[in-house]
Amino acid sequence: MSRAVGLHIAVLAGLALAQFTLPEYHHGNLARIMVLAAFASAYNITFGYAGMLSLGHAMFFGAGLYAAGLAAEFGGIAAPGGLVLGVIAGALMAAVVGVLALRTTGVSFMIVTLMFAQAAFLTVLYFGEWTRGDEGFVIASDMRRVLGLDLADPATRYWAAFAVFGAVMLGSLAVARSSFGRVLAAIRENEERTRMLGYDVFRAKLMALAVSGAMAGAAGAAYALLFGYVGATFASIQYSILPLLWVLTGGAATVLGPFLGTLLMFYLIDVSSSFTTAHMMIVGFALIGLILFFPKGILGTLRERVVPWLP
Amino acid sequence: MSSTTAPQAQKVRSAITRRTALKGLAGGAALAAAPGFVPYIQAQSSAPLKLGFQVHRTGIGAAYGRWYDRVTTAAAALINEEGGINGRMIEIVTEDDGTDPKRGAEVVEKLASQHGCDLAFGTLFSHVVMGSSPRAGELKLPYFVVSEGHHVASGKLNRYTLQPGITDVKSQVRAMAPWVSQNLGKKVTMIFPDYAFGHDHRDFFSEAIAAQGGEVIEKIAIPPTESSFTRYFPRIPRDTEVIYHVMVGPGVLTFVKELGEFYGSGARPQIFGFIDSLEAVDIATPGLEFLEGTYFWEGMPRYAPADAPEYETFYRERVGVDANGASVSDSKDISTYAHMFGCWETLHVIKAGMEAAGYQGPDDRVKLIEAVEAMTTMPAGRAHPQGDKVFNGKTHQVFGHQYISQVADAKLSVVHTASIEDGMYPDETDYTAQPF
Amino acid sequence: MDFGPYLLLASLEGAVGAAVLALTALGLSLVFGVMRIVNVAHGEFYMLGAVIAWWVTSMVGGHPALGFVAAMVVSPLIVGIAAAAAERLVLRRLDYDPEATIVATIGLLYVIQQLALSTYGADARPVAAPIDFRVQFPWFGYSGYKLCVIGASAVMMLAVWLVLTHTRVGLMMRATQHDPETARAFAIPVDRVYAGVFAIGAMLAALGAVLIVPIQQAHYLMGHDPLLLSFIVVIIGGLGSLRGTVLAAVIIGMSDGIISVFFSPTLAKILATLLVAFVLVWRPAGLFGARPA
Repeated sequence: MSRAVGLHIAVLAGLALAQFTLPEYHHGNLARIMVLAAFASAYNITFGYAGMLSLGHAMFFGAGLYAAGLAAEFGGIAAPGGLVLGVIAGALMAAVVGVLALRTTGVSFMIVTLMFAQAAFLTVLYFGEWTRGDEGFVIASDMRRVLGLDLADPATRYWAAFAVFGAVMLGSLAVARSSFGRVLAAIRENEERTRMLGYDVFRAKLMALAVSGAMAGAAGAAYALLFGYVGATFASIQYSILPLLWVLTGGAATVLGPFLGTLLMFYLIDVSSSFTTAHMMIVGFALIGLILFFPKGILGTLRERVVPWLP
Repeated sequence: MSSTTAPQAQKVRSAITRRTALKGLAGGAALAAAPGFVPYIQAQSSAPLKLGFQVHRTGIGAAYGRWYDRVTTAAAALINEEGGINGRMIEIVTEDDGTDPKRGAEVVEKLASQHGCDLAFGTLFSHVVMGSSPRAGELKLPYFVVSEGHHVASGKLNRYTLQPGITDVKSQVRAMAPWVSQNLGKKVTMIFPDYAFGHDHRDFFSEAIAAQGGEVIEKIAIPPTESSFTRYFPRIPRDTEVIYHVMVGPGVLTFVKELGEFYGSGARPQIFGFIDSLEAVDIATPGLEFLEGTYFWEGMPRYAPADAPEYETFYRERVGVDANGASVSDSKDISTYAHMFGCWETLHVIKAGMEAAGYQGPDDRVKLIEAVEAMTTMPAGRAHPQGDKVFNGKTHQVFGHQYISQVADAKLSVVHTASIEDGMYPDETDYTAQPF
Repeated sequence: MDFGPYLLLASLEGAVGAAVLALTALGLSLVFGVMRIVNVAHGEFYMLGAVIAWWVTSMVGGHPALGFVAAMVVSPLIVGIAAAAAERLVLRRLDYDPEATIVATIGLLYVIQQLALSTYGADARPVAAPIDFRVQFPWFGYSGYKLCVIGASAVMMLAVWLVLTHTRVGLMMRATQHDPETARAFAIPVDRVYAGVFAIGAMLAALGAVLIVPIQQAHYLMGHDPLLLSFIVVIIGGLGSLRGTVLAAVIIGMSDGIISVFFSPTLAKILATLLVAFVLVWRPAGLFGARPA
């Protein structure tokens, strides 16, 4: 076992142990952070490894959220089925969007994904009769059960979040260490050269987007089922920008960066909001400071200076 | 806190030291942990009751949040001056939710688990309520919302979520239909935001006006991202007798101004709006002259009526609002008068509930909910300055009077007070059947 | 209302929207074109312009036009200085790296929004129009000020075009846009051009905001929509193409107005958004862009 794999197993073991040691409040927070970090990891596949700056990932998260939520509300499909549906919905949406959006690159790609996401957000509002639009709906508690266990129970919730995050993180690690991951990195560094070397760039990018969509869908479905609420806010542009921030903070193209970034940003807002109402200011300055002094994110900078083997 | 309570603090300290050394230590620790706090009488649990206040300080709800904050502070000060609740002071623990449902849920967790609050209250925007309420239910934290949404009474939430301080949109809308159809006209065109709050208006009013023999002949749903409105007005049919408008958010003033420009000096239908379209906005703003003679729903009359009862004047003074509904310190700072009383009344309901339940601490949360569920009538007075109320313990929703005001000389004056019965509707749920 | 007048009204509304959008997007396009960076805080400069316009007009007494004219001068000036400072303190140190700039300007967006919320507050506040008359068509009334906005915006865009094509400053900007290295070799102070372009871009946003603020109110969250729309316009128009930007602003502004005649409003928004996406999918360089993006 290489030290890289060892490190990630150790992190997962640490998270599993934290379940028994953390005080109630932070225990609950960590469950939420793991679900959001799964979303950030999904974003990292396209942005970090493949170098595609998407501003539309909220639609993949939203696809999973609504697939699970609507299935529970109208189809009577409970948690495990909802999660599967969420993964499928996220992957499918990403594949469809990808076929169209991948005709563009760079800033145009950013805008096209933004537009599709905006259209998806408005569609949620348009079908308000079923989605209840911005107000959203609460998932009935009997739909939030896995193998007879109640997801509203803190321990069950924690393990469920841990399972989703662990699967996504190990998936990211597998991608990063695979030949597929190296093709993505090559595309990020020089798309033209990769194409000339005989790689099917379009196919690789589409794959990356679909994998990312599936992971984001899983995170969305998990969020809906673990916290019991589905609403249009989660499909709004804000939730496309957040994973970008988390990934950049932790370090793009690092497997653990998305989790670290999500964790830090969560506590930055949480702590600052209790002693000042101007927490947006603190977040703003934190971002500017990070990008000025740690432009590759925390783990990216560490990898550059201290631990070159970090995946 | 006023200095007159200081000698009492001395007394309490000596009372503690007369008890066992251990208890004295614990009491001292509690005192030290709560700087500035002066306990009242009871030594066994003299720490303040912590009421978690979930407020929209940032985000789209910030204009409302600021006034909810002021009213809450004023109500808490009054309750403490009058001796607190069960002999204990109350401490308001405020957390900003950014008007965001995700942060809202996190704030509920924070208030419950980190701050150790006895309960949470004060949420206004419906999507934040929907996002937060499941967590409150799971944490078994009493959650008193001040949202006017129909979510509570519809049965979608849970036993721990109550709305005893403000009426819901369904009730408000139903109470308007008889007067509108009898005095303004029967053919109504509705203009509302194209999301859940607007859809509630659309559905409940269509139903209520039909029951009065009227009809909604056109429904114009405005997308929430819209910042200009003129191009939607041609959809208003020519045989419209009444325009019914309700808009929220920063674009509201533009909306009302553009409606005025559109009709201009020409003939126009009667106009009836929900004050939400102009909450926190001065009626005397240039461009709003055409509103003269139009009508508004008000949850509580913004302009002090000439015959205002003593408790209304008292409330107005305590929350720092002048007779025109503006802040006493800045006449340009208009309050959200039609909604913010909800925080004041909710805190008084909490007080009454805690006293009825003999509330001592988080172990008594179930007793508190049961005590509030047992409430029925709430007479108008200092605790209920908006007017009489009837609480429905099964649906966790309060019912009250609604006001219709007409704009005259750039002020609103009440022309009709709807009875509580006008806003009643059959129960849609029974929360008391749910286990705790 | 009959179809003809309805279409006329929608077109007028579309034209006003397009006029303000063109000014705002022009600023973004200039920054985009010359500096090759995406300024996510552009919408916040717009908001800042509107908020300062409110401060200025509420301090200047007398006829509303006095305050408005003062705001036309003071507001872009302050916003320009703030933008230049941000460019010096942050963007330059990032060496204008595209991704780093996006993050830094998102940070800037939060800082400016919080500043406005903490000082100006959460309310939407109105500014009186400098001229107050209504044009009464046989079918509907229309604000005279709105018609003036179209004219004012056209004049300002003409001025920008003249500066770019007929002055030394404009020449320096175009040279820097074309090739910063060569420009530097010809002793063009590229650093100062960058600071200047960033400031001018923000000032154009502020000008657009001053024009719009008598129609819509100043509010601390008002920068969001103009930012999105400006993005769309700049991309559809083709990166760095000022003429394309203006044309795209007209097309987007007008179509936004006119599509709403035929569909339910939210559906119209969905269709308009998808339309933009599909234009880009099939013309990735925008409608008028020569260079690939």
